[in-house]
Amino acid sequence: MLTKRVIPCLDVKDGRVVKGVNFVNLIDAGDPVACAIAYDRAGADELVFLDITASHEGRAPIIDVLRRTAAEVFMPVTVGGGIRTLDDIKAMLRAGADKVSLNTSAVEDPDFVQAAAARFGTQCIVVAIDAKRTNGSRPYPFEVYTHGGRTARDLDAVAWAQRMEKLGAGEILLTSMDRDGTRDGYDLELTAAIADAVGIPVIASGGVGNLEHLAEGVLKGHAEAVLAASIFHFGEFSISEAKAHLATRGIAVRENVER
Amino acid sequence: MTTNNSEPGPVIPSMISIVDYGMGNLRSVEKALEKLGCATQFVTTPEAIDAADSVILPGVGAFGDAMAELRRHGLVEPLCRYATGGKPMLGICLGMQVFFESSDEAPGVAGLGVMPGTVRRMTPHEGLKIPHMGWSGLSVKPGSRLLESVEDGTHVYFVHSYHVCPSDENVIAADCQHGCRVVAAVERGALWGTQFHPEKSQAAGLAILGNFARAAGAVSTLTFP
Repeated sequence: MLTKRVIPCLDVKDGRVVKGVNFVNLIDAGDPVACAIAYDRAGADELVFLDITASHEGRAPIIDVLRRTAAEVFMPVTVGGGIRTLDDIKAMLRAGADKVSLNTSAVEDPDFVQAAAARFGTQCIVVAIDAKRTNGSRPYPFEVYTHGGRTARDLDAVAWAQRMEKLGAGEILLTSMDRDGTRDGYDLELTAAIADAVGIPVIASGGVGNLEHLAEGVLKGHAEAVLAASIFHFGEFSISEAKAHLATRGIAVRENVER
Repeated sequence: MTTNNSEPGPVIPSMISIVDYGMGNLRSVEKALEKLGCATQFVTTPEAIDAADSVILPGVGAFGDAMAELRRHGLVEPLCRYATGGKPMLGICLGMQVFFESSDEAPGVAGLGVMPGTVRRMTPHEGLKIPHMGWSGLSVKPGSRLLESVEDGTHVYFVHSYHVCPSDENVIAADCQHGCRVVAAVERGALWGTQFHPEKSQAAGLAILGNFARAAGAVSTLTFP
């Protein structure tokens, strides 16, 4: 039976982890590869690198990160941030990424998603959706944003997710921009609205402050996977504590593999 | 490189040939094997397949594209020959699916046909998502060499929307459940395949690749007299 996945996300800028990761015994907490190895040993089910490097020219470091990660870490790795062309995707996959996450480029050119899925397979195309509540300002409840939540796109997030599925997305990485950074928990209505509207897996993201939030993402948000950053990075909770909590809530998780 | 050393002394481990036909993340397979201490090479030509001691056929993407690329590289005949020649061969994910005769994903396109059966689209069930993406527990058939020492219930990483339906039940080495029975691994003689990605399945995956490497004679058997 398929288990629910626990996925730490590392923000990477110019080849370094933003803010660092607070693990015991981690020699270089700013090195994404060292962090990836630590999460691999801790039993993370997947890993996401989000490259927030501003310029397109500055992509060499993330490629290097992926290459070094692939030599040490044998779990699925997704990379997102600034991916705009089929050649970008090819470079990421060749470096060792298993999936790429498309966000702004998908909104600006939905056909790009279709072309990417046709070329590389739906299994490696993740569409990241950043959504905000409209609170009545639009005829739909959740709106798609791009550019890190700064630009409203006048797109119904639910319809957008369905369209992305149709064009070949293999998975949706859904972030609530209202909840991101708040530690108030996932936006469960948003998560369930999208997860129930598509047949592909949805990863819940944005707002985790405690372990029960992860369980809610699955039980009430109907997510297939739960993503978090700060609660893991700052050492508040370990991956195994997260899985143990999910298990107590009746959620199937993969046994922890400490190595 | 030779593996049949008739003289007493160290046996040189053979090299594992990874087929590079433009489909998939070869680097992960290569690095996982390197981690196990195996020598690997990427091969792209019919001659290299014919000369290989052991072959891994990886692959992600679509069945039709994979067969088209294999055909374009002139690899269909050599791979069929190789697969029926008794030397160790491992297909991973799509690389296993092409062992079969045909796929719902590409009607009318013939697979390698070295294992009887077809590849079918997985049908969504209530509350279950397609692709089948993530870690599922294996139900392992006793006696599998590919899955030797892999415990029942071990979780491995899957990502696929189509699954193989072998005509011969005996080739099934492991399965799992995702709304229906999903064949997770096949094995007939030295021809092995996994629907899951051992190169992405952490310690369990490395152990499975290690079983292949040993069968392939690709792990050093150096002994000091």
